Amino acid sequence: MTAQLAPEAPGAASLVQPVASTGWRLAVRRFRHNTLAVIGLVVIVVIVLFCFVGPFLYPTDQTHTQLSQANLGPGAAHWLGTDAVGHDVLGRLMFGGKVSLMVGIAAGILATVVGTLWGSVAGYVGGWVDAVMMRVVDAGIAIPALFILLVISAITTPGVGGLIVILGFVSWLVPSRLIRAETLTLKNRDYVLTLRAIGGSHARAIGKHLLPNSVSTIVVAATFQVADAILLVAYVSYLGLGVQAPATDWGGMLSAGLTAAYSGRWWLIVPPGLAVILVVCAFNAVGDGLRDAFDVRGR
Amino acid sequence: MSILTTTDLGVAFSTESGTVDAVRGVSLHVEPGETLALVGESGSGKSTVALAAMGLLSGNATARGSAVVDGHEVVGAPETALRRLRGSTVSMVFQEPATALDPLTRVGAQIAEVIRNHGDVSASDAAARAVDLLDRVGIPSPAQRAKAFPFQLSGGQRQRVVIAMAIANSPKLLIADEPTTALDVTVQAEILELLRRLAADTGTGVLLVTHNMGVVADFADRVAVMLQGEIVETGGVEDVLLRPQHDYTKRLLAAVPRLAVAPAGAAAPVASVAPVASVDVPDGRHGAAPVVDLRDVSVTFGRGARAVHALQGIDIAVHAGETVGLVGESGSGKSTAARVALGLVKPTSGSVQLFGSDLRTARGRDRRALRSGIGVVLQDPVASLDARMSVAECIAEPLAVHRRGMSSADRRTRIDEVLDAVRLPRTLASRAPRELSGGQRQRVSLARALVLSPRLLVADEPTSALDVSVQETVLEVLRELQDDLGFACLFVSHDLAVVQQFAERVVVMRQGVIEEQGTTDTTLLHPTTDYTRRLLAAVPVPDPVLQRQRRAERLATLAAVDA
Repeated sequence: MTAQLAPEAPGAASLVQPVASTGWRLAVRRFRHNTLAVIGLVVIVVIVLFCFVGPFLYPTDQTHTQLSQANLGPGAAHWLGTDAVGHDVLGRLMFGGKVSLMVGIAAGILATVVGTLWGSVAGYVGGWVDAVMMRVVDAGIAIPALFILLVISAITTPGVGGLIVILGFVSWLVPSRLIRAETLTLKNRDYVLTLRAIGGSHARAIGKHLLPNSVSTIVVAATFQVADAILLVAYVSYLGLGVQAPATDWGGMLSAGLTAAYSGRWWLIVPPGLAVILVVCAFNAVGDGLRDAFDVRGR
Repeated sequence: MSILTTTDLGVAFSTESGTVDAVRGVSLHVEPGETLALVGESGSGKSTVALAAMGLLSGNATARGSAVVDGHEVVGAPETALRRLRGSTVSMVFQEPATALDPLTRVGAQIAEVIRNHGDVSASDAAARAVDLLDRVGIPSPAQRAKAFPFQLSGGQRQRVVIAMAIANSPKLLIADEPTTALDVTVQAEILELLRRLAADTGTGVLLVTHNMGVVADFADRVAVMLQGEIVETGGVEDVLLRPQHDYTKRLLAAVPRLAVAPAGAAAPVASVAPVASVDVPDGRHGAAPVVDLRDVSVTFGRGARAVHALQGIDIAVHAGETVGLVGESGSGKSTAARVALGLVKPTSGSVQLFGSDLRTARGRDRRALRSGIGVVLQDPVASLDARMSVAECIAEPLAVHRRGMSSADRRTRIDEVLDAVRLPRTLASRAPRELSGGQRQRVSLARALVLSPRLLVADEPTSALDVSVQETVLEVLRELQDDLGFACLFVSHDLAVVQQFAERVVVMRQGVIEEQGTTDTTLLHPTTDYTRRLLAAVPVPDPVLQRQRRAERLATLAAVDA
């Protein structure tokens, strides 16, 4: 029989048998080989623990001002010293970090969700719908986010929830472009064409093929969005438009500490500055690692 | 002295999951003025040998043994020494002319650059020689064409430019890696003719890497057959192709679909002698309503000046149980026609009847019911299956669409049945498509197409991406299933030999119109249009003696047309 007579030539695929059988396990294995990404993940976990569990181990009063304790340098009682109104800086770093992380992560996810919906609809429907939706994105990108933020802040003072919504809605544009591009290539894949030719619904094409296949792109986009949003929160608060005292976040701490820095009180700005840099770098490293891990065709 | 000698050449790639020996113990030699064809199926290591001979292996590869080009050892040679060799002593023609040229540089300048890389030549001399080279590779009005950008040239012309670059410094060895695989047959014949003439004129040795036995028969003096990284047979082209010794070579040759050709000088049968008139109606419209019927279908993409007329008033009908082959070169509209039949492309004008009803007017439930009678197999074995699904899920997808009420046990049984039908082991059901070979994947596609017992199967180049031995298995499975299940088949292919074997009727398309159609025997043996005749004459057959004769006839015909 020919089936046995003609052994299929072993292509590269069969010569290089992957050790792991599922895509996810392969991705995890690749991620673990990326040292920088693993370090990034550890940094994120440590900082999250620091902000959310830290206050229980190192309780401080972040609501009442204690002028008797103001402007102390780092020491045994206050590891990182105190600020101009007597708040413990290490405690404040945890307290502000909660806000920074919560707002950043929530806004990043919101931006990704909105961007995914917008981009996938535009890409899948195509034609003039796509043209109109993408021109909206172009227009949005043409207006600087900072300008929108300044205008909004001038009108109203947002709380944590408001800040999440505002940041989410100024940063969904880039992910929407990414997801649209992904959808455009996926919707013309042979398996989607085959499904449509035999009468499969659009819902099935999107739910069973487009979304599962763009999960990797979406996750990677979300990671970068979170990093951007954390930076944006710091940015906005630094300009004095973020959450209001006594609440604070890392950007707010930087802003408050800036004048003091000239008088040598470095502990007011170095810790929150480092925290922002660390978290943003960590999220970016994780994003890079995820992108490489998911890229099946890249190797 | 040989221009290329490899002795015990080995190449290993280090990958994520260990080291892979791609090439083992390859010893071959190419004499000046001689063409050695390195043939084999995908993964046999033939391209790796070619790259190793130029010292162009990728970073994760290590070469062992020796490869000597014109007295210079290439294996382990420093990059500077290799650069002196490449482009002057040895040069290369790649498969894809579209990516081998820089899209932003005029072709004349690209050729001149190659000349100036290896010699102290003034810019104006180099430019003049570039025009000269374009003339030698047969590009009309070369002085003007030298100013053209690659996108302004056709695929065949681009490949001529690539060849002009390769011969710019009169190399002693030319390595051609699948130089005609991306081209249509008529263009392929011209390019092979050009390469043959250049090699003969200058005494250049040629290492030709190809999977196409017809190209080998047309062009090579000697042949080396590779299997899994090793050479299993070497010899003169007539010995290897006509009297193969090794089992693998025999199998490979047996699997090559051969184009049956009318004996030279045989007269076309007179119309009255043609068999069974009812079948021989040109467009096959006999009594019963066709399964799919395209009438006067036109498709235009885009508007205004940029509009592309992909189809211009074509009529195609496929009847129950018959196979219609749709052939043509790239851009002929054959895939568009198949997509119209599938309802994926809306015709700009004309009507499409599927199982007797109009797909455009059918709505909702009726439309879905109509669609459930179609099975689809597309070309790309990788893109045809969703990588995130298991084989069973892929096959079950049509059931999920059209048989929602089916119990999972019934579904399971049906999947096993179709896996048996396409001769795949049932254990494959839980595997990921990624773990399957190309041939297995195409059979999974076929299983998916058959799971609803369709009345019409549309297959768009289902075996073009596969090796010949795998292609043979897939076609055999397809033919058996058609005999058992009796579905009609619209079979799109650029390969005339495959269509001749597989289809009862054939439709020849060219630039969106139908050139001719009729029963396969009549149309492909005694074509009535010049185009079909040219197309048939350009197909190389894997028999060096016969091919030499066909080539002479083809050139004589072309000369007669020119005169």
